[in-house]
Amino acid sequence: MRIHPRYVQYGAVAILSGGTLLTLAVLVFIVVFVLEKGLPVLSLDFLLSSPQDMGRAGGIFPTLIGTIALPLLAILIATPLGIGTSIYLTEYTRENRVTRVIRFGTDCLAGIPSIIFGLFGFIFFVTILGMGWSILSGGLTLAFMILPTIIRTSEEAIKAVPKSYRDVSFSLGATRWQTVKRVILPNALPGILTGVMLGIGRSIGETAAVIFTAGSSLRLPTSIFDSTRTMAVHFYILAREGISNENAYGTAAALIIAVLLVNLTAYWLMHWFIAKRS
Amino acid sequence: MTLIGEKGVRRILLATALSAISALLLIALFIIKEGLPFIFHYGLWNFLSSSDWEPQAGKFGIFPMVAASLWVTFGAMVVGAPLGVAGALFLSEFAPRPVMRVIKPMIELLAAIPSVVYGFIGVMVLAPLIRDYLGGPGLSVLAASIILGIMILPTVISISIDSIMAVPQSYREGSLALGATVWQTIHMVTIRAARSGILASIILGMGRAIGETMAVIMVAGNAVKIPHSALESVRSLTANIALEMSYATGLHRQALFATGVILFVVIIILNSAAMVAIRGKAARK
Amino acid sequence: MTAKFDIRDLSVSFHGKPVIRHISLQVAANGILGIIGPASSGKTTFLRVLNRMNELEQGSSVTGQVLMDGNDIYRSEVDAVALRKSVGMVFALPVPLPMSIHDNVVYGPTLAGISDRGRLTELTEKSLKAAFLWEEVKDRLNTSGLRLSGGQQQRLCLARVLAMEPGVILLDEPCSGLDPISTAKIEDALTELKRQYTIVLVTNNTKQAARISDETAFFLMGELIEMGPTNQMFTAPRQKRTNDYITGRFG
Repeated sequence: MRIHPRYVQYGAVAILSGGTLLTLAVLVFIVVFVLEKGLPVLSLDFLLSSPQDMGRAGGIFPTLIGTIALPLLAILIATPLGIGTSIYLTEYTRENRVTRVIRFGTDCLAGIPSIIFGLFGFIFFVTILGMGWSILSGGLTLAFMILPTIIRTSEEAIKAVPKSYRDVSFSLGATRWQTVKRVILPNALPGILTGVMLGIGRSIGETAAVIFTAGSSLRLPTSIFDSTRTMAVHFYILAREGISNENAYGTAAALIIAVLLVNLTAYWLMHWFIAKRS
Repeated sequence: MTLIGEKGVRRILLATALSAISALLLIALFIIKEGLPFIFHYGLWNFLSSSDWEPQAGKFGIFPMVAASLWVTFGAMVVGAPLGVAGALFLSEFAPRPVMRVIKPMIELLAAIPSVVYGFIGVMVLAPLIRDYLGGPGLSVLAASIILGIMILPTVISISIDSIMAVPQSYREGSLALGATVWQTIHMVTIRAARSGILASIILGMGRAIGETMAVIMVAGNAVKIPHSALESVRSLTANIALEMSYATGLHRQALFATGVILFVVIIILNSAAMVAIRGKAARK
Repeated sequence: MTAKFDIRDLSVSFHGKPVIRHISLQVAANGILGIIGPASSGKTTFLRVLNRMNELEQGSSVTGQVLMDGNDIYRSEVDAVALRKSVGMVFALPVPLPMSIHDNVVYGPTLAGISDRGRLTELTEKSLKAAFLWEEVKDRLNTSGLRLSGGQQQRLCLARVLAMEPGVILLDEPCSGLDPISTAKIEDALTELKRQYTIVLVTNNTKQAARISDETAFFLMGELIEMGPTNQMFTAPRQKRTNDYITGRFG
């Protein structure tokens, strides 16, 4: 029996849209589930007070600091490197063997699982360079991890700057670097910031790479040489060791809200960027 | 600027441009330096094929973990690949553009949700459901497969959408003009033209699934044994590293780094395959 | 009249494909040289050779000599960046940089290191006046250059070039996207400017060349077919192909 193509199509659309809806439902479910359980726990007091009894009671203040410090350090290191790379690739060289190697390296780095970053950070920064479990070790490891994201988004943002701007700038006697500094970077900035925000988002949520490099000390860190515990690690420890489901939910809610805020900012920037372009 | 000069700027930029590849080489170097001596010492075949993992007794067979990683990754592909490709096809071929512009970023948000949160959902929601309705401990191959399948969706969907959108509109018009329905066009023309990109998205998703650690630790149960059914508890390669790293010393630690080497090599192979798939497409055009 | 540019046996190719073949001509100082010819006859490339913008394209190679004021601009010790400060260029489509009108005009001078505010203000006014744009924008110098109409944008681009006080202005079909009124304003400005500047105007509008250029050169398929005083070119061309082109038989 041959089914009429039109019915085949109805069936296909039903299946495809069903799949899409299912995917969206999962997203909504995760966010709603975590927020529903966690929001009652989450309060300013919870965020700003110290944990007691391994996190069984009290708040999550030190982990909030850790969650700010690590991504901040990672971004400070990775952003100049990432932007420099993308400027070099787009403005200072033509496609050749060197750029192919750089791109291959970037793509591979993007695919490396976080546990490998963790192992590497542990052996290299923590042990061999003697930085110990510290914000510094963790930040450096995360910087390596988010570098590809920043390179890719910056490169796309820079490529999106019209070629005619470059022509005009050069024709007015600008050097390459003057053109980059005065025309290309200002115009690519929102796109670059999108990459930075995505990098921050990834750093906030990262666990495996952080737990082996920054450690899991619950004390309030006072310098970048101190060990710290991020919210993601705290949440993992609370949930996995069954210390306190209630506080785990509260931490998860804070984590999800932070990640959503950062990512929504990234999308907002990107849209603003595209709107400005056209 | 005048202090450094154009040549200086170029040199500085080249130096930054080498950062990513240097990072990759540094990572490879130190993981291999820590792990390779163990592989030579213990024997690669012995390491991969033996089922005895008893670090205290000096037995380091990772076969159960290899099997677990393969099972869980396979399961994740069964869950995630069809769903992801379906989503990509729907969004790029059927959904109105404004709908896609809203939904695609939402799906990409799935990638931003921390893996520990996925793991937690698996523990709190999925595992009890499996335990109650299908039996077994709940924390299992099945639970890990479903959670990982969801986690790879953003990768599969967004790369597939990009490759489907890259198919020239004229291909579709040519097919539609010959009287094909939209669906016939999709499955005879669009999917064929975009297949290498879709394949690449699935390979990259596989890489993510194999490498995922925290979510798997939380939902797979972590028993060191070769699973006989999807409802049994298993421990993946990544979970094994993360669980034992904090207290491992000496040969035991080296064995964990050796596991890292295996993982690293597998990931590089998968990434290269994905890149070949994408580049192969570019070359054909 | 003295020659500003003396071009001897110039050939240009991209990836080995010749675009300009063995062109020799002189560009007189303080005049307008109009270059006419059909599409892809090498006009734009010729223009971009004069300020070495062609070097920014991949795979370009130049042979022959381009002398400006008696010096070959393609000698290795000549700095292309410095050259472009004295040879300004206006492109076919108006491209204001995404910044204010004022910042657009002073872009070149600030690159050259001028930072004195008074001097920059003075340059802005002078250049905008010379480009016949001052009256229309003097009250809104801080609004974005992108807000201007197409014709105003192109005059802004001209003012931007004038602010560098170059000796030469190259124009690449500057009126191709403009309405007749805007075109007339640009032509008026150019006619004024030729007293101080050497102007090379590539145009696909032969009537424009007839209106404002002192000399006219006819390019075809990368070759210079004929060049002479504009009057003579349009009334008594020596070559049949020139006659066919300007009377509209092809192109």
